[in-house]
Amino acid sequence: MPQNQQLLYLFTGNSSPESNIVAWSLYDGVTGKPQKGCQEAGTEPPYESVLAAMHDGWRTIQVPVLEPARPGQEFDLDYLKFQFVLEKWETCDES
Amino acid sequence: MSPKKNLLTTKEMAQFANQGFLRFDELIPRDLCDRLSKDIDSGKIDGRAPAGTPFNEVWQGQPIREVFDHPRVCGIIESLVGPNPRYDHHYPHITQKGGKHQFIHADAEFDPRVGAFDIQFSFFPQDVTPDMGGTLFVPGSHFHRVHESQVGIYQNIVGMQQFSGKAGTILVWHTNLWHSGRRNDSDNTRYMFKLRLNPMVKQQLLWNTDDLHDADSLSPLKGHQPWHGQQHRVFLMNVARFWQYLSNDPSFDPEFWWSRIENEPKATAT
Repeated sequence: MPQNQQLLYLFTGNSSPESNIVAWSLYDGVTGKPQKGCQEAGTEPPYESVLAAMHDGWRTIQVPVLEPARPGQEFDLDYLKFQFVLEKWETCDES
Repeated sequence: MSPKKNLLTTKEMAQFANQGFLRFDELIPRDLCDRLSKDIDSGKIDGRAPAGTPFNEVWQGQPIREVFDHPRVCGIIESLVGPNPRYDHHYPHITQKGGKHQFIHADAEFDPRVGAFDIQFSFFPQDVTPDMGGTLFVPGSHFHRVHESQVGIYQNIVGMQQFSGKAGTILVWHTNLWHSGRRNDSDNTRYMFKLRLNPMVKQQLLWNTDDLHDADSLSPLKGHQPWHGQQHRVFLMNVARFWQYLSNDPSFDPEFWWSRIENEPKATAT
């Protein structure tokens, strides 16, 4: 049976996999469609932490790299700083 | 000049400074909304005036002019960008049933200005139910300077808000605010009229400042969003810097963040 990849992006409050989830995205290669709840305000994060997702079988394939602030840019804000990428491989219905 | 009663209060300005937007429900009468919807449907207001046109010269004699000549709307504009702003552009968004959502994005290009800012209006001339997928806003994202849809990877952000509400509702927002047009899952067509304005004066103390020194007026400046995580203090320092500009008070620093790190004494101990 073929298997397709699911990617779960979890953005956290700090660099620890134990910290809380502040944003998330799911790209489901099994359905090929946007996740249920995509861009729906009030939707709860799928897990309380990256560690909880790992406990549920997700494999972490990217962790955030800590970089010092550039001089003069210590108080600039831009993208979410702490991005974990996790994956699962799920059996895909051939029909 | 707008009468004081139509200007924003200090508390409303503080909320704008902190969250990056304000919402005014059912501000525009429904009959005017209906006339505007017809103009949007017919494509009558698709054409843009040249960017940079004085705003008071555009759309003369049209229903959309009546919307932005509404006394309270005039007061909101004057409070945020001054009495004679510059027209930048407008766009009537029409979203049919189905289709894809927009990626979360900040409009246009990087805008590195620290004090001065443009505003955008989102005007909803019809009732918008949740399944119609009204505009999504990310409160407190206006200091996070990003390049357009490079933030498209973010599908869900804790604390984001989706517009649904009655016809005639207006949202006014800082142009750096992250947002997106959502997928329309209803059987109805969704309308949203967008307008961007540029200031032509310093955006300082333009609102009704009668309550500037009331203890409660500045309370909205203290809030932060759950998605800010451990960067929430950096956010609050950006809020303080913004309020220093808006209030023309460089000493404003209620949490002492800037005062602490900018303290480099020159005096020699004796």
